Amino acid sequence: MLNKRSAYWLILPAVLVIGIFGAIPLLISLVYSFMSANPYGGVQAPMTFGAYVQMLYDQDFDGSLIFMPDYFWIAFRSLYLALATTILSLLVGFPVAWYIVCQSPTRRKILLTLVSLPFWINTLIRTYCWILILRDEGLANKLFGWLGFISHPLPLLYNQGSVLLGLVYTFLPFMVLPIYATLERLDPRLIEASYDLYANRYQLFRRVIWPLTKPGIAAGTVLVFAPALGSFLQPDLLGGGKQLLIGSLIEMQFTSSRNWPFGAALSMLVTFAVILSLAWQRWRSKRAARAQAA
Amino acid sequence: MSLKTALMAFGLGAATLAAAPLAQPAHAADAGVLHIFNWTDYTAPDLLKKFTAETGIKVTLDTYDSNETLLAKLKAGTTGYDLVIVSDDFVKIFVSQNLLEKVDASTMSNFGNLEPRWKTRFWDPTAEYTVPWQWGTTSFTYDTKVYPQPVDSLGTLFKPPAVFKGQVGMFGSPSEVINLALLYLGYPPCDTDPAHLKETLALLQAQKPFVKLYNSDGIIDRLTAGEVTMSEQWSGDAMRARQAKASLHYVYAKEGGAGWMDNLAIPVGAPDVDNAKKFINFMMDPQNAAIESNFAGYQNGVAGSNKYLLPAMATAPEFNPPADYKIVFSPGCDAKATKDFDRIWTLIRK
Repeated sequence: MLNKRSAYWLILPAVLVIGIFGAIPLLISLVYSFMSANPYGGVQAPMTFGAYVQMLYDQDFDGSLIFMPDYFWIAFRSLYLALATTILSLLVGFPVAWYIVCQSPTRRKILLTLVSLPFWINTLIRTYCWILILRDEGLANKLFGWLGFISHPLPLLYNQGSVLLGLVYTFLPFMVLPIYATLERLDPRLIEASYDLYANRYQLFRRVIWPLTKPGIAAGTVLVFAPALGSFLQPDLLGGGKQLLIGSLIEMQFTSSRNWPFGAALSMLVTFAVILSLAWQRWRSKRAARAQAA
Repeated sequence: MSLKTALMAFGLGAATLAAAPLAQPAHAADAGVLHIFNWTDYTAPDLLKKFTAETGIKVTLDTYDSNETLLAKLKAGTTGYDLVIVSDDFVKIFVSQNLLEKVDASTMSNFGNLEPRWKTRFWDPTAEYTVPWQWGTTSFTYDTKVYPQPVDSLGTLFKPPAVFKGQVGMFGSPSEVINLALLYLGYPPCDTDPAHLKETLALLQAQKPFVKLYNSDGIIDRLTAGEVTMSEQWSGDAMRARQAKASLHYVYAKEGGAGWMDNLAIPVGAPDVDNAKKFINFMMDPQNAAIESNFAGYQNGVAGSNKYLLPAMATAPEFNPPADYKIVFSPGCDAKATKDFDRIWTLIRK
């Protein structure tokens, strides 16, 4: 039997990891967001709310403070792209997970390895590969031309579509794996039972499979949505840097703009949005649990 | 400034991203070993070998990815480095923060080898702290097959003819795009005049439909593949692009072009100042400067180094601007200009 003290010692590593890699950086960001920018990068005294004010009111060239809705629009565009990424990942990821579960155990292992294989290669390199595929002289256009579909190369790269494609491609495994985990535990007898009770395919999915895989879908949604919201590689490389997303805006503050407090404040905004979505997720699952118990 | 950042991102993107530590700290000063801290992929290995062979002094090399990184490291205290390379617009900052040792390059035996125009530079008016490492110009390249007309103005880049619609590549760094636009409009780099900045913003907004992408990496590849038919570019890259595709032409505009230069300097607290000075003197030898140019692919500031350059490089138009070409160096933007540039950079991509 574990006594209480040894239990504390056992969870210590986990607490340390969460503290060092999670809480402390977050705390530093929070503090930075209330400081002033050092002109050469970094932060300095005094403490100020300036970074948060800048989200809505920014200095014009002549120094006057004017209302600036542009950051809001950039945030809105990011939110919309992250949501679209999540929905597309779910639409693609669920059937993939379902297909894998239906295979023999050996094939499952191979397919799962294939799903996680991209993680072995750096995201930057994989994103560059998409440039090679999508550009005017790229694989896709060459293939379409060779098949006779097109006479001029299609503008596949440097637009919102290519950004979305890059995001879905990058984060899809985060959707497939948790859904697979719940589907694997799904008792096949329940499916047989529902057929016995004259459920059609739609009812089977809606009343049996969907509710039982909800935890996996919820986990996958959060795992895709959160990083998609903050990403800057895909808009910069595949979008040609023509439209800012909040991730690229943050990256910019820490590099060329040398405005770390504003970058930290924007990060806080993203963190807050993610926490909010997690809380919403939790509230929904609790409500569902209550409804079931009632 | 962000030139090297861009090169790094392209060449070593994977490594930099995956392996978080930006540079290994130098080991505690061992006697007779010179510690150099330079941009990644920016030091010719043959150069170091030659220096060791001639002087018996061993050399170690560590690398960094941005002036800001170097600044932060030097500000944090003794680093054990004997030599660092600082971009022109950062020299002023390093000097004002007392981070550079006086080297009095003008008293060195090889100082006379420097091209007269580079002996002193406005960021180091008496060559007290630095000597040139590599330099180049920033202008733009276009495909003469796509637009078979002579071009002599930055106007072709900023107000492109219809044939370039959606075909133009611009750098991904605000200072390099905006300073060149300011130059075209006849204003100094890092200008903070509100009216001038509004004009610049309007110019860049009107240019945007012609822009395919804002990115400083992979430009040579895109130009030679025909992915973009006109692009902002550095002289060294322009030469390599033309060698791959002969119809590409680097423009020396009548408004002039932007210049950049990296400078060799000794940080305060360097363990081995004497040997570091030997290296600085060594670098002002035409043959040695040429070894570095042949490796890094940019111009050096040493007269007579041309005869040691690779033939294709020595005669390249990109390496030999016309004598009357106006080269404008950035003084290094202050906080106000950085803020204004950030605003323009955000507004054209909102």
